[in-house]
Amino acid sequence: MGELKRTALFDLHERLGGKIVAFAGWELPVQYPMGVMKEHLHAREAAGLFDVSHMGQVIVRADAAALEALMPVDVAGLAEGRQRYGLFTNATGGIMDDLMFANRGDHFFLVVNAANAEADIAHLESHLGDAVEPITNRALLALQGPKAADALAEIIPSVRDMRFMDVAVLDSAFGAVWVSRSGYTGDDGFEISVPRDQATAFAETLLANDAVAPIGLGARDSLRMEAGLPLHGHEMTEETTPKTAGVGWAISKSRRAGGAREGGFPGSDVILPELQNGSAQTTVGLLPEGRAPVRDGAPVFAPDSDRQIGIVTSGGFAPSLGHPISIARIDADHAAPETVVHAEVRGKRLPARVTKLPFRPSTFKR
Amino acid sequence: MKYTEEHEWLLDEDGIVTVGITAHAAEQLGDIVFVELPDPETEVSKDDEVVVIESVKAASDILAPVDGEIVEVNEAIVAEPSKINEDPEGEGWFFKIKPADPSDMDDMMDEAAYKAFIG
Repeated sequence: MGELKRTALFDLHERLGGKIVAFAGWELPVQYPMGVMKEHLHAREAAGLFDVSHMGQVIVRADAAALEALMPVDVAGLAEGRQRYGLFTNATGGIMDDLMFANRGDHFFLVVNAANAEADIAHLESHLGDAVEPITNRALLALQGPKAADALAEIIPSVRDMRFMDVAVLDSAFGAVWVSRSGYTGDDGFEISVPRDQATAFAETLLANDAVAPIGLGARDSLRMEAGLPLHGHEMTEETTPKTAGVGWAISKSRRAGGAREGGFPGSDVILPELQNGSAQTTVGLLPEGRAPVRDGAPVFAPDSDRQIGIVTSGGFAPSLGHPISIARIDADHAAPETVVHAEVRGKRLPARVTKLPFRPSTFKR
Repeated sequence: MKYTEEHEWLLDEDGIVTVGITAHAAEQLGDIVFVELPDPETEVSKDDEVVVIESVKAASDILAPVDGEIVEVNEAIVAEPSKINEDPEGEGWFFKIKPADPSDMDDMMDEAAYKAFIG
């Protein structure tokens, strides 16, 4: 790995007492002095500010058909001013990355995962050439939680009129901001792309509001786990199909078998039959019966058997629920809710109950 | 009070030594959400992994600071792991051990040395 990169807010993170760690090639705060637990609860009860500038922002000046050739989702049917969840798939049906893409009239705006940004951009460029413009002069912040709308509206009043998955380019005291009403905590919130040289002033203005606290990567992960939101490199991998990863829902009707624009994306010969016939493995929630967190990588077994039926892909303690939770990829014949499976932690088999995702219902402003 | 390089504190009261982790260690670990304690009356050797704690971030092992017998464990922290963060050098103690050879503690750091150790 080369030199670690710093976001526009790096100095602010240090001033706020953030504990800086390396993450996907970037130096980012894993937590602030408040600590992961309190940060998590604050984001659920008020509003949390996250620096997500490490994520890749990309403008693509191509038509919908060109993007539909790379993703199993309905791009053509996405109205201007709206955003949708997408997947880049590979020829074997695996997931290269997941992303958000927005229709902004004469172009699409994409936000991709930090760890995959370089590969995604190379992938896009290999198909779309000069139509691809990586955005490097903007920071990306997320403001999430029940008080996010009030806090952001103090700076940009018109965000109140947006609903879940709306996008807008808005004037502000911090220059033109690119706003979407979306996020990664399962609650209402916004992601705001702001000019790099305005990012610190923008963040400080939000943080001056008592309802807003800075939130590190630790709570970002526990918040998304409670919301049952998958993370690439965990639930989704290059070897994991959408159906297996639990994101089959993201594949639009128009692109499925019998749809108006059926197939025509990488791996469709694997992905589409699975949507109809099911996959050998699937992604479920696990509720460990004890208090021990069951984390990423723990093998999962059938009860009282040495048959390994899967693996935990994410796991930890859920602060809003007060108990541990895990997400696991397991054989479909053990995936029914209430099935008891055993997860191995430190050589011990711990019983856990299969449950549907999410662990905590989302509160998006639809 | 004596301290180890593993960030444990040891309080010797008439040959029975109470063991916990330092405030510095608790702060570094973050919010602790799970504790697994040994059974009382367990014979342990120095550096045996006797306690497992999990914070919101990761799992850590707590090692036996000396050879000896565990004589009591603090069940209160199993029910309420947050006590370790709230009062690591008091109510958040882990276990009491009867050292096989109390002189094993002689070379451990005192408070001033530990403070210098953590910088």
